[in-house]
Amino acid sequence: MSANPWVRPYVLTGGRTRTRHHLYVHTLVSASWFDPATADRLSPEARRLYERASTGPQSVAEMSAHCGVSLGVTRVLLEDLAAADRVQINEDVYVSPYDRRLLKRVIDGLRELA
Amino acid sequence: MAFASSPDRPPTGISSVKLVVAGGFGVGKTTLVGAVSEIPPVNTEAWMTQASKTVDPGSAADGKTTTTVAMDFGRVTLARDLILYLFGTPGQPRFWPMWDDLCRGASGAVVLVDTRRLDASFPAVNYFENDSGVPFVIAVNLFDGVQTHPLDQVRDALGIADSVPLVTCDARDRKSSVRTLLTILTNTMDKAPPGSAP
Repeated sequence: MSANPWVRPYVLTGGRTRTRHHLYVHTLVSASWFDPATADRLSPEARRLYERASTGPQSVAEMSAHCGVSLGVTRVLLEDLAAADRVQINEDVYVSPYDRRLLKRVIDGLRELA
Repeated sequence: MAFASSPDRPPTGISSVKLVVAGGFGVGKTTLVGAVSEIPPVNTEAWMTQASKTVDPGSAADGKTTTTVAMDFGRVTLARDLILYLFGTPGQPRFWPMWDDLCRGASGAVVLVDTRRLDASFPAVNYFENDSGVPFVIAVNLFDGVQTHPLDQVRDALGIADSVPLVTCDARDRKSSVRTLLTILTNTMDKAPPGSAP
């Protein structure tokens, strides 16, 4: 993945603009528990993301929007939090988006709304 | 990360699926997302500006770091373990790199079309025809509930192949919008090779 061309997140991310995994905008992130002592040691941005993640699984885009942290910075900080085992990144999304069983479930779910 | 799989930290076990709602400015993308979403569409306009404001306030002359991106998304919980996300593309062509990011991992897309301003959606049609592997459909948004042009005329005017599904919808109407999403997913089932990734 190339560096995000819009964002210069030098300070917030310690100079990094890349992540090891590509976090999709719809990749789900969650924190199974919240540790206030851990939160106190985080930067304000990382702390907001950590707190938000502890409220339940939600997408990278939701985390970014609700925490007021730009998408590029959100990706880097979430990866740091995941590497420290503070948040869990849901790998299910890396199954093919064209998986027929998955698509069928979405279709069935939507039909109930139609 | 072996340590992440300890018994007291189960993975969430929830799947998320993403559909992209594309089209020109003012064709009804936000309306469609809002008609289906269980949360008010979240506007992500601050995404690309915030970092430059915070980190690099002196970069106002550099358009790349001060660009505002208006992009809405919504969420539909289809089951306890299945969440559907709808992402509206930023309408302006200068945000196309953002389109690549949005489309990565998407299960399908719809290009919304306003027949009064067909040209507004040409760039989106071109993008999905030429620059993206994401299966897509076209939906004519009936703003007044009235279909002003026969669909085959719209198809000719847009220059799209017969293999691309073309439907009408009322983006204000939840059921109509849900049917449009179903068209996207059915098309992906028909077109995408099983197990392939974009």
